[in-house]
Amino acid sequence: MTIGLHERLGLHGRLLGAALLAAGMAGLAASPWAPALAQDKVKIGASAAKTGPLAGGTAVTHWPNIQLWVHDVNAKGGLKVGDKRIPVELIEYDDRTSNEEAVKNVQRLATVDEADFIVAPYGTGINLATAPLFARYGYPQIAVTAVTDKADEFAGRWPNSFWTLGTSTAFAASVADVLARLRDAGTIGSKVALVNVADAFGIELANAGREALKAQNFEIVYDSSYPLGTQDLAPVINGAKAAAPDAFVAFSYPPDTFALTEQARISDFSPKAFYVGVATAFPAFAGKFGAAAQGILGAGGVNAGTDEMKAYRARHKEVTGKDADYWASPVMYASLQMLEQAVERAGTLDRAKVMEQLKNASFDTVMGEVTFDGNVNRKFWTVGQWQDGVFHGVASTGLPGEVAPVAKEGWK
Amino acid sequence: MDIVVTGILLSGTYALIAIGLTLQYGVARIMNLANGETLVAACFAAFWLFVTFQVSPLVGLLVIAPAAFALNWAIYRVLLAPLVARAKSRGALEVDAILATFGLLFLLQGLMLLGFGGEYFTYSFLAEPFRILGNPYGLNRVVAFAAAVVIAGLLFLFLNRTRGGTALRAVAVAPEAALLVAIDVPRFAAFAFALGGAVTAAGGTLLSTFYTFNASMGVVFTMKALIIVVMGGVGDIRGAVLAALILGLAETAVASLVDPGLTLAATYGLFILTLLFRPQGLFGRPAS
Repeated sequence: MTIGLHERLGLHGRLLGAALLAAGMAGLAASPWAPALAQDKVKIGASAAKTGPLAGGTAVTHWPNIQLWVHDVNAKGGLKVGDKRIPVELIEYDDRTSNEEAVKNVQRLATVDEADFIVAPYGTGINLATAPLFARYGYPQIAVTAVTDKADEFAGRWPNSFWTLGTSTAFAASVADVLARLRDAGTIGSKVALVNVADAFGIELANAGREALKAQNFEIVYDSSYPLGTQDLAPVINGAKAAAPDAFVAFSYPPDTFALTEQARISDFSPKAFYVGVATAFPAFAGKFGAAAQGILGAGGVNAGTDEMKAYRARHKEVTGKDADYWASPVMYASLQMLEQAVERAGTLDRAKVMEQLKNASFDTVMGEVTFDGNVNRKFWTVGQWQDGVFHGVASTGLPGEVAPVAKEGWK
Repeated sequence: MDIVVTGILLSGTYALIAIGLTLQYGVARIMNLANGETLVAACFAAFWLFVTFQVSPLVGLLVIAPAAFALNWAIYRVLLAPLVARAKSRGALEVDAILATFGLLFLLQGLMLLGFGGEYFTYSFLAEPFRILGNPYGLNRVVAFAAAVVIAGLLFLFLNRTRGGTALRAVAVAPEAALLVAIDVPRFAAFAFALGGAVTAAGGTLLSTFYTFNASMGVVFTMKALIIVVMGGVGDIRGAVLAALILGLAETAVASLVDPGLTLAATYGLFILTLLFRPQGLFGRPAS
């Protein structure tokens, strides 16, 4: 009986002790100087495709730049927060090119891993699918590989979202502008063959492109689409060739961009202006076509001449072992630089304060100066062209360094 | 005429994709969902040989096909033979095989991602015009078509004119009865599976000369192969070739004469018609 009482007292004593200790710890954690103790690394979460249809794009544009940025930041000693540098730790998840999976990943990064910041995912659809979560958990979402005409609408709906790469209307209108410039120079006539891949981005661009071409008084002599994933495109190229156009415009995806170009070369279809869509700016494009790529127009472009860009490309190759593309790669890297600089300016990892620094601010990046005007970057590259082994930007919405488009002279 | 030649060339591509699966499914009774991954793995092998050692894919074929044969033999022996041994009925085996090869699909895909990463791969080989009746066609596609004809022809002769081939067909038709006439069924089934894998790998090697591929694309090829195999009649080389020919011609005709956007609709339309009017496939035997 007495033993039992002792035990109970002892138990209560221990419980009391534990409770006091816990209260003390809680008090400690709540004291103002505690957070500085707590944080010895900055957790950066990233969720994007490593498998599935989009993996082909993320492996070129998305992951290598995250890797490079983390490498660069940690080489400097870490992310500059206030007067100290905190090393960055990267947490990566594969969204398997699925919206559902991406949503789960972002939720996990926010609630389980408690990431300090989350890199926006890859792909327009997946960025839109995860945007409500970014908003709910109060993370800034600097979307790069998301091209949409509704950037302003989305920025209004989710004030924590930022849009960098451009709008489909601008991309399509720029193609018409470049063709008009070539026509003014007497290089081409007014007949255009227009084809597109029957998927969201391809259809949106083709619709905008059709309007823009008509507005510039171009005559569309061949207009068709093909299903997503088609690589047997001889009928498309032969159909376009039969219409004898002065310019060929294809709003295509990576596999078909390659297939259309190869088929055009085989069929000896060589209009003076030849535009293919996504992946023209990929290093693999020049790798496959070599000198034959000369004069081919495509989506994207960069100002290849600046020292920052040259240094970035060299570092990309050195750290990741592969070449950066000539479109979204540097923008992806720039988006992370903007986050880095916003944290530096805010002097804290407090996301709300960092977000304040992102809004309507300018940043010095590998792309030159990038400015958010109402959460949207208004100056971006739209059309590029392979000239002597480099994919130069030939059209943009007001960026310096545009190169004049040249005529495509046959297949080499 | 241009449409006919383009369509026939495309059908060669389709035949290459499908013949391997028809052997694996028809004879070995394994619905190999990892078939497309085998094909993509061969694409990678051909790419690697070409880029690293400048080995022509046509020479690479001599290495890749036997390697795929050995590998598929091993897969059958280790992974699938136990399933065959314990299966109580054909239906049970099919379900087990589908589940097992579904896992194999992810394993192979993961290995390829690990080895090559997720990006697109493409290289130029024989990407030059070859003139047939004055019109230019990709030489790589013509070569792939010729190879498809040779492979299908050899397989047909082997299955119909040799003792081993007859035994294989016996296994395909009635595995139990084949046992009674002293055919080593497990061995022949393993052989058929391995041969199917080798043919698929040969197809992949040739396809890599004109297709852009990445590690995640296997399932696209598996789907196409499935449609062709089911249309042609399970386990029949002639059926697979004929179905490939029909699909190739129909797709090209629709793309050229109607609209390239409707090729998929044409494919699945034909597929549904076949299922409605000849559910056992063009050359298939009615289910007993």
